[in-house]
Amino acid sequence: MKKIYGSAQEALDGLLFDGMFIAAGGFGLCGIPELLLAAIKDAGTKDLTFASNNAGVDDFGIGILLQTRQVKKMISSYVGENAEFMRQYLSGELELEFNPQGTLAERMRAGGCGIPGFYTKTGVGTVIADGKEHKDFNGQTYILEHGIVTDLSIVKAWKADETGNLVFRKTARNFNPPAAMCGKICVVEVEEIVPTGSLDPDHIHLPGIYVHRIIAGTHEKRIEQRTTRKREDA
Amino acid sequence: MAEQIKGWDRNQMAARAAEELQDGWYVNLGIGIPTLVANYVGDKDITLQSENGMLGMGPFPFEGDEDPDLINAGKQTITELGRTAYFDSATSFGMIRGGKIAAAILGAMEVAENGDLANWMIPGKLVKGMGGAMDLVAGVGRVIVVMDHTNKHGESKVLKSCTLPLTGKGVVDRIITNLGVLDVVEGGLRIVACADNVTEAELRAATEATIV
Repeated sequence: MKKIYGSAQEALDGLLFDGMFIAAGGFGLCGIPELLLAAIKDAGTKDLTFASNNAGVDDFGIGILLQTRQVKKMISSYVGENAEFMRQYLSGELELEFNPQGTLAERMRAGGCGIPGFYTKTGVGTVIADGKEHKDFNGQTYILEHGIVTDLSIVKAWKADETGNLVFRKTARNFNPPAAMCGKICVVEVEEIVPTGSLDPDHIHLPGIYVHRIIAGTHEKRIEQRTTRKREDA
Repeated sequence: MAEQIKGWDRNQMAARAAEELQDGWYVNLGIGIPTLVANYVGDKDITLQSENGMLGMGPFPFEGDEDPDLINAGKQTITELGRTAYFDSATSFGMIRGGKIAAAILGAMEVAENGDLANWMIPGKLVKGMGGAMDLVAGVGRVIVVMDHTNKHGESKVLKSCTLPLTGKGVVDRIITNLGVLDVVEGGLRIVACADNVTEAELRAATEATIV
C-alpha cells in the first residue's frame, strides 16, 4: 500500500471534517507539523479540538488556526506564548482543558495502546483532580485519567522510509510518537523520505504500523527563544 | 534607601541549592534561579533532564550553532553532551512519574508548612498552564523549592497554608530562600540554616509558617 503523497493537501484529502478531534506533535515550535497545519488552515475545517502540548505562537503552529477561528477547544499543558489564544480564551470563544504535561503525553500513549484509563499521582489535591475518580494503591492516592483516541494525528519526523518507519531528530521527537499512536489515522510530514531498507531497523523510533500517510517538504523550523553564549566564554 | 543587604542573592541561592545534589543524580531544574544551579555542581556527576525529551542537557550553543531541533523545556536553544539521550514525552514523564529522577529544583509562588506548593496560577490573572510542574512534584524523589522568602509587598511566601491553587499537595521536601534553608517536617518547618547575615529571629519573623 502506497503511503507517500505529493503534498500536505493531498495527504489530508478525505480525512478532514468539521468538529473533528486532532492530536498534534511538537513542543513549543520544535517538531511541530507545520506543513499539515498550514494545509488544515487552507482547507478551512472548523470547530476543531486539538490535543497538543502548546498552541503555537500568533503566526506559527496552531496559532495560524486560531487566527482563522478554526479551533473550538485545546487540550494543552502550557499556552503562554500566544496572545491571540489568550484573547479568545478570556472572551469565551475558545475552550481550554489544561492537562499536566506528562498526563497529556500518557493519555495519548495509552489511547494508542488500547488502554482506556490509567491512575496517576499527578494532580492529586489540585484542581486537576476535581471530579475524577480517586483510588488508593499501597497507601498512596491516585486519580483516574482517560486515554485519548483522536480522529486524526498530525506529526513531524525527520526521516521516513517508504513504509512509514520514522526517525526523529534530537528534542524534536517530544510529543510526536505518542501523538502518532493515538490517532485513528496518522499523517506524517518529514524532511526526507529515504528508500525502504536504508534505515537501520534497530534505529527506528516509531514503526510504520502507526503511520498511514507521509509527505516530505521544506520546514521553516522557527526558533522560539534563541539563547547562545559567546565563543570567548568557552 | 540604605537598607542593609541581608541574605543570599540569586547566585548564592543557586549555589546553596547545588549543595543538595549528590554525585550520580539525575535532576530536573526549573526555569529562573533553578537554572543557575547547573553553574554550581562542581565535580559532581549530575545529569540534567529536560522534560521535553532529553537527558544530559548541555550549555547554550555558541552563536551560529543554534539548532531548532534542540531546545530545553523553557524553549531555549541548548546543546547536547557525550552522554545525551533523547526520548519522547511519554517516556520522559514515565521516568519522572516513575521516581527515576532523584530531584527537581523549582521556583514557587507559595509554599506551606505541610509541603503544599503553588506555582502555576493566580486566579483572575493570565493562566499559562502548569506545563510539567504537577508531574514533576508528584513523581521525583525530592522536591526542592528555591524562591524569594517574601513577595514584592514584603509578605511571607512561606505560609501556614497556600492561598493559591496548588501544583502539588504535601510534595515539598526543602525550601531554599534568600533568608535561609527550611525543611518540611512533622508539624511544620525546621530551620536547617540561616543565610549570610540573617539571624534566626529575622528568619522566623519573615516566615508565616509554623517553625518547629
